[in-house]
Amino acid sequence: MNAHARPADPKKLIKGATGDWEVVIGMEIHAQVTSNAKLFSGASTGFGAEPNEHVSLVDAAMPGMLPVINAECVRQAVRTGLGLNAQINNRSVFDRKNYFYPDLPQGYQISQYKSPIVGEGEIVVDLSPTEQITVGIERLHLEQDAGKSIHDQHPTMSFVDLNRSGVALMEIVSKPDLRSADEAKAYVSKLRTILRYLGTCDGDMEKGNLRADVNVSVRKPGDALGTRCEIKNVNSIRFIGQAVETEARRQIGIIEDGGTIDQETRLYDPGKGETRSMRSKEEAHDYRYFPDPDLLPLEFDDAFVESLKGALPELPDAKKARFIAEYGLSPYDASVLVAEREQADYFEQVAKGRDGKAAANWVINELFGRLNKEGQDVTTSPVSAAQLGGLVDLIGEGVISGKIAKDLFEILWTEGGDPREIVEARGMKQVTDTGAIEKAVDEIIAANPDKVEQVKAKPTMLGWFVGQAMKASGGKANPQALNEILKKKLGIE
Amino acid sequence: MSVDLATVKRVAHLARIAVPEADLPKLQDELNAILGFVEQLNEVNVEGVEPMTSVTPMAMKQREDVVNDGEIADEIVANAPVSEDDYFMVPKVIE
Repeated sequence: MNAHARPADPKKLIKGATGDWEVVIGMEIHAQVTSNAKLFSGASTGFGAEPNEHVSLVDAAMPGMLPVINAECVRQAVRTGLGLNAQINNRSVFDRKNYFYPDLPQGYQISQYKSPIVGEGEIVVDLSPTEQITVGIERLHLEQDAGKSIHDQHPTMSFVDLNRSGVALMEIVSKPDLRSADEAKAYVSKLRTILRYLGTCDGDMEKGNLRADVNVSVRKPGDALGTRCEIKNVNSIRFIGQAVETEARRQIGIIEDGGTIDQETRLYDPGKGETRSMRSKEEAHDYRYFPDPDLLPLEFDDAFVESLKGALPELPDAKKARFIAEYGLSPYDASVLVAEREQADYFEQVAKGRDGKAAANWVINELFGRLNKEGQDVTTSPVSAAQLGGLVDLIGEGVISGKIAKDLFEILWTEGGDPREIVEARGMKQVTDTGAIEKAVDEIIAANPDKVEQVKAKPTMLGWFVGQAMKASGGKANPQALNEILKKKLGIE
Repeated sequence: MSVDLATVKRVAHLARIAVPEADLPKLQDELNAILGFVEQLNEVNVEGVEPMTSVTPMAMKQREDVVNDGEIADEIVANAPVSEDDYFMVPKVIE
């Protein structure tokens, strides 16, 4: 669907004093490419090194140094393009983007301007189990990251560390297809998931390995696009949502007061909950791009692209569809499981050869719930997929009830061990011996003649008997067998 | 195409070159002379001719993704006018 022609959705409009407003958002995501060495030098990309430790003479832009491109960064960009269902350009060009800043020793950033490595694509973003939008990708290009300036170490000097300088980034530019803070957040989440599946960016926003520039404008539904402001370097998904809300309301306020929006670069301050102008960036916006004479055009053939395509992992959308078809999962459960590749892999190990729905239920509700509560994730789970699978087997075979299974899960979590052996050793097996259940039921009936009278008039009283009998069996009575015996003995249908 | 004085000033500023006001007209003349030469080149019809990026047909050299450089912080900052703990130090720049 052409999103520019997407009709304004009344649910997503923002109420102003003069009527409803539609917010229009486009994003530029900077994603650090997963690689050992930098884009044009052999220095390490490792995080957390000592100042200027991961810097070569190329990264420091010493005279006479020449860039040589890292082949893996090229492959990563192409893989990402394929993951975004995008046009791969077999010929692209590196340009110099000129500006002065102490953390940019070259005086220019090597980037791609007119001929990026990846062109138009699109991704499907899930807003809820029932609502999806297609978001257009404008382009993806490769470029160098800059260094880091530290301003709070000295009264009159700034400290510059070039460890990041020259690390490969993918700038992924969306079309202005997003219409609310929630859509913007969902888009970044989905993009992050795809990158993590592909293994082309670790998506770690805390380390700054994925950051967003958010373009926001507002308009009355049906009008042409309004003037946009760019909010730079927003570094968490939550802040992206807040920045969109805040900026949209600021613009609506100005326009409704009779003002106009200046196209400018702004910064979101989460502490104050406001965006503010970065005026200093304005004048520098004359980048005077030109093709970098140090670098030939980047060229590869279709066979190169095909070989990368053939080796791509299963991506989240395909995995979700397969989980629904193969394991009979609901779209919601499938979405939860595929959000992280490790979660999906864990689920598949549990579900293999078992009831998929039961497996999903235990993985999502019990395991994820517990992991979440304890601040852990599936990679550090104390309960292995094999153990959880064993637990699901025991329920499926009728050896333990669902209630006992929760106790078993607790034991697996805190003590570990083999589920079947634990059940055997600790007498947790469900009582399916009807003789034993009948005996317990007879005792309860004999002791409660009044209740027996009541249940004849009010069959919902049966629950009380089930509860009593369950209690008498220590929770181990097979619920189905118990129900049948009770109904028979009490003479209700 | 030619440039006016304001443009010369702006280009000098973007390149962080301090040009005394008195020198600007001379620079303007020089720049316009260069632009005049380029203008002549524009007369050549290059329709359908692909831009040449290399004299000999060759593919761009690539490197493998191997860490084989860096770990020379002291050499990196050796020529810096001011440094501390292997950081470069520059007059404070604040957004």
